[in-house]
Amino acid sequence: MKNTSVKNPKPKNYNPIICTPYTVWSVIFIIVPLFMVAYYAFTDKTGAFTLANILEFPRYAKTFGISLLYSVEATIICLIIAYPLAYFMSNMKAGPKRMLSMLIMVPMWMNFLIRTYSWITILARTGIINTLLGKIGIGPLKLINTPGAIILGMVYNFLPYMILPIYTAMLKLDHSLLEAADDLGASPFMRLRKVILPLSMPGVISGITMVFVPCVSTFYISQKLGGGKTMLIGDVIEMQFQSAYNYNLGASISLVLMVLILISLAVMNHFADKDDEEGGGLII
Amino acid sequence: MKIKAFAAIVLTLILAFSLCACNEEPQRGVGMDVEIDFSEDEAEIEYEGNYTKELAGTTINVFNWGEYIPDGTEGSLDINKAFTKLTGIKINYTTYESNEAMYSKLKGGGVSYDIIIPSDYMIERMKKEGMLKKVDTSSLSNYKYIADRYKNLYFDEKNEYSVPYCVGMVGLIYNSAMIDEKPDSWGVMWDERYNDDILNFNNPRDAFAVAQLYMGYNLNSSDLSKWDSAAEKLKEQKTILQSYVMDEIFQKMEDGEAAIAPYYAGDFLLMKDNNPDLEFVYPKEGVNIFVDSICIPKSSKNYEAAMMYINFLLEPEIALEIAEYVMYASPHTGVTGNEDYSLRDNEYLYPAEENYPKVQYFSDIPEEIRLYYERLWEEVKLH
Repeated sequence: MKNTSVKNPKPKNYNPIICTPYTVWSVIFIIVPLFMVAYYAFTDKTGAFTLANILEFPRYAKTFGISLLYSVEATIICLIIAYPLAYFMSNMKAGPKRMLSMLIMVPMWMNFLIRTYSWITILARTGIINTLLGKIGIGPLKLINTPGAIILGMVYNFLPYMILPIYTAMLKLDHSLLEAADDLGASPFMRLRKVILPLSMPGVISGITMVFVPCVSTFYISQKLGGGKTMLIGDVIEMQFQSAYNYNLGASISLVLMVLILISLAVMNHFADKDDEEGGGLII
Repeated sequence: MKIKAFAAIVLTLILAFSLCACNEEPQRGVGMDVEIDFSEDEAEIEYEGNYTKELAGTTINVFNWGEYIPDGTEGSLDINKAFTKLTGIKINYTTYESNEAMYSKLKGGGVSYDIIIPSDYMIERMKKEGMLKKVDTSSLSNYKYIADRYKNLYFDEKNEYSVPYCVGMVGLIYNSAMIDEKPDSWGVMWDERYNDDILNFNNPRDAFAVAQLYMGYNLNSSDLSKWDSAAEKLKEQKTILQSYVMDEIFQKMEDGEAAIAPYYAGDFLLMKDNNPDLEFVYPKEGVNIFVDSICIPKSSKNYEAAMMYINFLLEPEIALEIAEYVMYASPHTGVTGNEDYSLRDNEYLYPAEENYPKVQYFSDIPEEIRLYYERLWEEVKLH
């Protein structure tokens, strides 16, 4: 923070007093932990340098594949639900709009673990759905401890993170552009494809990131709704820290996961930038 | 709109604070100077040991499992409060949720505890690593109550370091409405007729123990191939298993969500209260037993007070309170011989000598074997 930045003049609003707390915060809670992860990943129990932990990753390739698959599915489902919802919400009158955004926000005030746990009582064999089905003579369905239940848990928990950024992007839509499209004879579908979709793309990218990343690394949902039988990569990492006490392996899997997520986001942003001329999409 | 919202917030706050105020102790207004005596019936207990107030004002740090001592809830006696009242020694009480968590906290240093209550294998390890002080049992007037069965155990052959507190055994819980036979073997957990009805522990040591017991192996085997074949057995079980669980066992068994699960006898009694269909059996192949015992860590700074506390926990009346509250078997003959003890004739906690199951303890396993089975467990989970 010394006066070495002659080449890069400070931004107009730069104020060291205001920025210091954030700088300190990010160094202590972001930079240092990242270095610790990297340190553990490349050392063994005695602290000597080793690549053995990183080379273990192929062992978890299948698990990683499953995590990726479930997360992609959950993200797509979230997108399909969230996009139209965000569009209609942005066009609502103030009252219903506030109401709806409250309905989306309020469940997030509750703890994530409790929200997930409550799905057990809904999906269980003796749970709410199966009890109701039993009343009309449909035998108990296997709902819980299935891949479907895990994906449902992901969609349920992370849906608001998809809706809100898209909704924000939609709010900023310039309605005169939509009118212009109408005036120039675009069909509603054309208008959606050529105007609304490109303009809301930053929100979509942001939403995909905010849903996909936590889905890939989640561990609690799969344990509770998958019965602890389907392991996701997050479960493997959690196991290294919580029960196997193998911090080095846990850190190395986290590191590889981080790198893979970064690569996939970079690829996604690359394509997004092509669509979005302004390049305003936010990243990560 | 804004004014309305502001008013709503202010009103909510006022309401919240007024409710808080109501929960506080009634304020002493004029003419309301009534002293309420909360001491209840604690004074009626007759203690056998000699308790003086000479250590009054000092503090002991007690580190125990969660929900492992009566604390005054559900009509129980608040043991720590009673001790403080009797001796003037203050108790700083904290809890842990696993032996390993407790161990790493003590190992890390910088803390000083006077009383801990680890399980057998952890006592063995801590003793080996010189983390425990000797407990002079001859100076504990109530030590005579400890049953012989729980003396000279493998982790403390000369009774120098530990005083038994609670005992538990893992058995098989089953739902008699969902299972038509009366199982007597761990084999029922591999029975394909009960596909999707079976639960197993979600931690390697306990899950492996079920397979090892079924196969007649030693739980602490140093033969890696034995661990391999136990892992194969668990993989075989996984195809018909409903889920790996820990505390959710309570809910799943009580609701009839699952039909078969291994768990502790004391916890089974709690489950049966909520679902009378549940039954319990000690499989013929043998079961895993644990003994949690009171120890004094090396870091203790108040040995005399800690000894007084141990003797206090061994008071027949106090031990009875503990046994009723914790619902595990008590190693205390003053409890098991007491007619007022509601679980005295419980066949699950205290099986008759002729029905007593074959028991195996966990012992402290060498690090390389632990890493080996952790890896196998991962394979089972990824299978």
